[in-house]
Amino acid sequence: MNQFINGIPVSYILGLAGILFSIGVLGVLIRRNIVIIFMSVELILNSVNLVFVTFSKALSHISGETIVFFVMAIAAAEAAVGLALVIAIFRHKKSTNVDELQSMRW
Amino acid sequence: MLDLFPIVVLLPLLGFLHNGLLKDKIPHRFAGAIGTLAVFIPFLITLGAFNEFRPMERTAPHLVPVFDWIVVGNFKSSFGYQIDQLSLYMTLIITGIGSLIHLYSMGYMKGNAGYNRFFAYLNLFIFCMLNLVLSDNLVLTFLGWEGVGLSSYLLIGFDYDKSSAAEAGMKAFILNRIGDVGFILGTGFLFWLGGSLQYLQLQTNLSEMGEFANYANIVALFFFIAAMGKSAQIPLYVWLPDAMAGPTPVSALIHAATMVTAGIFLIARLNFVFLLAPETSLFIAIIGAVTALFAATIGTLQNDIKRILAYSTVSQLGFMFLAMGSMSYVAGLFHLMTHAFFKALLFLGAGSVIHALHHEQNIKHMGGLFGKIKVTSFTFLLGTLAIAGFFPFSGFFSKDLILEKAYTYGAFGSILWTMGVVAAFFTSFYMFRLVFVVFFGKDNTDPHHKVHESPWTMTLPLVILATGAVVAGFLQTPHFFLHIDALERFFAPVLSKGYELASLQGTLAEHKSLVHDVELSLAAFSVGIATIGLILAYFLYQRKQSPILEEHTGFRKILFHKYYIDEIYDFLFVRPFLFLSKGVAFFFDIKILDRFFLGIGGSFGVIANGLRRFQSGFIGDYALYVVIGTFCILVYLLTRGV
Repeated sequence: MNQFINGIPVSYILGLAGILFSIGVLGVLIRRNIVIIFMSVELILNSVNLVFVTFSKALSHISGETIVFFVMAIAAAEAAVGLALVIAIFRHKKSTNVDELQSMRW
Repeated sequence: MLDLFPIVVLLPLLGFLHNGLLKDKIPHRFAGAIGTLAVFIPFLITLGAFNEFRPMERTAPHLVPVFDWIVVGNFKSSFGYQIDQLSLYMTLIITGIGSLIHLYSMGYMKGNAGYNRFFAYLNLFIFCMLNLVLSDNLVLTFLGWEGVGLSSYLLIGFDYDKSSAAEAGMKAFILNRIGDVGFILGTGFLFWLGGSLQYLQLQTNLSEMGEFANYANIVALFFFIAAMGKSAQIPLYVWLPDAMAGPTPVSALIHAATMVTAGIFLIARLNFVFLLAPETSLFIAIIGAVTALFAATIGTLQNDIKRILAYSTVSQLGFMFLAMGSMSYVAGLFHLMTHAFFKALLFLGAGSVIHALHHEQNIKHMGGLFGKIKVTSFTFLLGTLAIAGFFPFSGFFSKDLILEKAYTYGAFGSILWTMGVVAAFFTSFYMFRLVFVVFFGKDNTDPHHKVHESPWTMTLPLVILATGAVVAGFLQTPHFFLHIDALERFFAPVLSKGYELASLQGTLAEHKSLVHDVELSLAAFSVGIATIGLILAYFLYQRKQSPILEEHTGFRKILFHKYYIDEIYDFLFVRPFLFLSKGVAFFFDIKILDRFFLGIGGSFGVIANGLRRFQSGFIGDYALYVVIGTFCILVYLLTRGV
């Protein structure tokens, strides 16, 4: 395995991905605004994409980058559906605060 | 006719189904006729078969296999019928007396709301009883055995809205169950030893088995316990007097003529076992003699006409067991038949009296009926003469044969004979007490009611039964009178194999042959004692109207209260059981079992309530659980080292 990608050590890039992932998870957990939560989810997905690309490059193998395309496609679809839902909910509730969205509770 | 024989069993079943299923849809007259024909046609077929069977010559039984029922390993039980001298004899009694009683019931039950139900039950009873006696194996016999118990229960509790009737039914059912345990154990033992449950198979298997004699006593004892329950012997007799809560035809059919003799039949059927069990046989003879005496003494002071006859039945069954125990099966079966005639007659006569007096059963409210209901009183008198053992009525021959066999039976013969004779004295006494009080004494009947003779459907059976009660005895007579031994020759093929086996094993009871003079004097003695009973009853109840037996003090009080046996049983068995049941129901069940199972249910409730807190509905919370879960899995995978 190649330890460097364009002179940058792989571990640095993985570290960056870890930091991005953690920020994304933290965002999902502590933010109240549903739009911000969506953005945090995108952040998580991107951190994972970064890991895939890194290993693809380091191992000189194409499959990692292929999966990234899939992830991006899914993310786009998710964003489209998710934002549509957010708009529908906002129309209904006049709010984007997730703590007020608990009518699905039994 | 032998080919037609399965119809004998089938017809009562069809009658039962017809009347049972169409209970409310058919008129009474029709149901009664169907019920009676369903028993009468089998009677005709049996008569034909009896004739065709040529019982005097033919020795091998005729087997009618119907179908296999249970086959497991080497255990096989099938619906199969065995037609031989014994089963034909019983079938004739059951269907013959049965159809008379059905006919009688058509008159007796008239106007009763449960008329159709009653006939359905009666046919069910006949069906079960026929299965009992015709079966070729022990399992089917047991099926019939339980079936007659069930029918008896249904018929005793026929007036189920009267609590006394319902309770009497229950009492009969439970006491019979106690005896039935013996039947099941005996059946198991016999299968274990003999490897089969078919009577013929058993007979050959056991005779080839040398050491069977070691077990014979145990097996015989178990079957005798079963017989004790069904045939109302001490200590399981207490249900029979209570069973009189059922309608009178039931008392006559089931509790005098057929079902209660099932125990006698069982011993006769398993004669090859009982012949090898001399100790148990002696025990049977003793129980029989004690029961005969004991029940006869109780009978002297009862006031309910049916109850007197019930104790009389217990006593007569005791006589039969005395015969069976003395290993004189012919004598027992002979008395079974004559008793079926005269006791059915007496019960039906009592029913006719009760009918005439508008359901009055207390003999103190009767009297002076002789001549007012001619047919009833005359036939009743004949029945009384027969049961008391007067020459030449049927009871004389059968009872004397039993007493004679008991007299010549081993070491205890003379004691058994004495008890039998004393019982015979009491029999004569209480029967004539009944006759004098009811038919001749002072008229104590309710003057508002007009006494009327019963319809022909009731009197015709009385006349036929009376004829039987008078002449049936001539099938087997002692040396000094005609010396007929038709019954002995008739039953010889059934009993011969057992006798051979027993004489090989050396367990055959020794019946010393009596000098003819001794035989004559024994018979004369017992007739004399019956006459003394008659005269005593005459003086006490007719001439003097003495109150000596009506004041209930001292021993008479004990007698009047039937030796307090019911109370003793109540104290010894019923109350401890009730106490135990109450303990189980109200302490063990509620305090321990209920708490245990409710605790299990409750704990799930508590757990679920705890888990409910996690379902907050906040997206953030759920996301947190996902993260925590993922983290845990990661930690696990990492520490394990993938």
